[in-house]
Amino acid sequence: MKTENPKAWFLVLPVVVLVAFNAVIPLMAVVNYSVQETFGNNEFFFEGVKWFREVMTSQRFRDALSRQIFFTSIILLIEIPLGVIIALAMPHRGWGVSVCLVLMAMPLLIPWNVVGAIWNIFALPDIGLLGHSLNKLGWDYNYTRQPIAAWFTLVAMDVWHWTSLVVLLCYAALTAIPDAYYQAARIDGASRWAVFRRIQLPKMKRVLIIAVLLRFMDSFMIYTEAVVLTGGGPGNATTLLSIDLVKIALGQFDLGPAAAMSLIYFLIILLLSWIFYAVMTRDELE
Amino acid sequence: MARIRLQDLAHSYHPNPSDDRDWALRGVDFVWDDGGAFALLGPSGCGKTTLLNLISGLLRPTKGRIVFDEQDVTMLEPRVRNIAQVFQFPVVYDTMTVYENLAFPLRNRGVQPEVVDRRVRSVASALGLDASLNNRARALTADAKQKISLGRGLVRQDVSAILFDEPLTVIDPHLKWRLRSELKALHQQSPFTMIYVTHDQTEALTFADQVVVMNEGEVIQIGTPAALFDRPNHTFVGHFIGSPGMNLLPVSVDQAGVVRFEGYAIQNSSRGSGENLAAKGLQIGVRPEFVRLQREGIPVNLVRVIDAGHMRILEFRHGEHSIKMVLSESSAIPDRTPYFLGFEPNRAHLYADGWIVA
Repeated sequence: MKTENPKAWFLVLPVVVLVAFNAVIPLMAVVNYSVQETFGNNEFFFEGVKWFREVMTSQRFRDALSRQIFFTSIILLIEIPLGVIIALAMPHRGWGVSVCLVLMAMPLLIPWNVVGAIWNIFALPDIGLLGHSLNKLGWDYNYTRQPIAAWFTLVAMDVWHWTSLVVLLCYAALTAIPDAYYQAARIDGASRWAVFRRIQLPKMKRVLIIAVLLRFMDSFMIYTEAVVLTGGGPGNATTLLSIDLVKIALGQFDLGPAAAMSLIYFLIILLLSWIFYAVMTRDELE
Repeated sequence: MARIRLQDLAHSYHPNPSDDRDWALRGVDFVWDDGGAFALLGPSGCGKTTLLNLISGLLRPTKGRIVFDEQDVTMLEPRVRNIAQVFQFPVVYDTMTVYENLAFPLRNRGVQPEVVDRRVRSVASALGLDASLNNRARALTADAKQKISLGRGLVRQDVSAILFDEPLTVIDPHLKWRLRSELKALHQQSPFTMIYVTHDQTEALTFADQVVVMNEGEVIQIGTPAALFDRPNHTFVGHFIGSPGMNLLPVSVDQAGVVRFEGYAIQNSSRGSGENLAAKGLQIGVRPEFVRLQREGIPVNLVRVIDAGHMRILEFRHGEHSIKMVLSESSAIPDRTPYFLGFEPNRAHLYADGWIVA
């Protein structure tokens, strides 16, 4: 009996249209720009892979990419372990739970440009609480002039803003562990480290994969907070990929290189996310 | 191996217990002999798990002492008490292999690798886990996981006692029976003290030498399964053990010492006449197995017959009182109205305020 009916394809049409308009068509516009040159007047000339070659060989792109990788690595190295430690230290019953949860959720509720603005003022060397205190403590600190101070502030801001996310994810995983596991571990004479290594970490593994992926992608695309805080400066010291991309696209109006760079940027994130995911879930496939 | 003595042990989960209801355990005082198989039986919330956790050291008692042989362990951590405990839901360390799971309690105590290897292999073969020693524990079935939990208890040679907290709840019925026999066989091979918490009377009665019946934080009766059946100390035990439970009827004892239910004489009280028993709430308790149909006695109406396969349960009524009787499947139910019931001599017990008097 024939059960196929080609008319069924119409049922997926709405989804196709939706995806086309919100993803495929905008993306194709970028692809279109990336292989053409324009001098205004809406005139375009085909240039092939010229822009891709230019971006890939440009020192400016490599510098921005290195800064981006450096930034993402640092914040992952800080936020993931710190998030796990805070989640482990949080209370599991009593009034402390809600207090902690509200405190943790707070940074996540603040709009990103406001976070940038808060830290911009907070870290000012003359009137900002943080900047002023650091200077009083003997560190000649001025994030608008010193690259190291700018990086320090940028990383501190991101850690403040996003560690909560890791904490909340890990905390959710921890509260899902039945008491019997901890009791069995006590009976088995397990040390605190063994409890963490053998019970808590395995139970947190899945959410940690999510946390690492989210933090990787988000930090790799960071724009608003960084631009409000340092604007990419001093000099180009904190010009991350997205900041550089906006400078090229909107500052210089170089649509071709900007489009080529967008695509390369996109592919890098896709590739690295896939590698992260593949490595971290390798065990499960056994 | 050790004899476990509980001295006036009480526990409350409230920081400042005031009234009786605050206590999860209200003064337990007895001795578990070394090498015995004990069952802790009682309804949910009666304090049996609390008692177990006190013995293993997961909880500190509010009052009282716990003594292993001559050593007071009341304030000691579980790891130094040499107690193993198996929980209701199987606990396995799922990133480890079965072998590593079984070796875990020994490695934590710094036992030498050769000894660990020997113990793990012997326990694995006793439990039938040899074949899966190198598998990840995560992928196993519930009963295999529970065997691993059990194995982690058995692997330590120095354990004073192994405590089981309703360990067969998550196991399929047909495997339950097998695992229980395996457990019993293991206990016969190596004489560790075994304390087994359950709310399932069949499990308790088939498993243990001594059954401890608990209710509302108190030990009601300790005895062999036969004693609990034949002579329950308290109406609670009579009702809780046995299926269906004991019939309980309000009675009075007259001047001559005759026990009467609604005016019908049942038997003679061996504990004096009504004068010293009059004030108390008196009840007669008799198991459905010992109720008989007679030519005369308590007139009743038959209201229900429940066929339980190997037997039939007859439910009679006299006024508002219900009396159950067990009849073997082969015997016929005579057809007459009303029926008259009597009790087998010496099988009915007299209770005052719930506690047995005769």
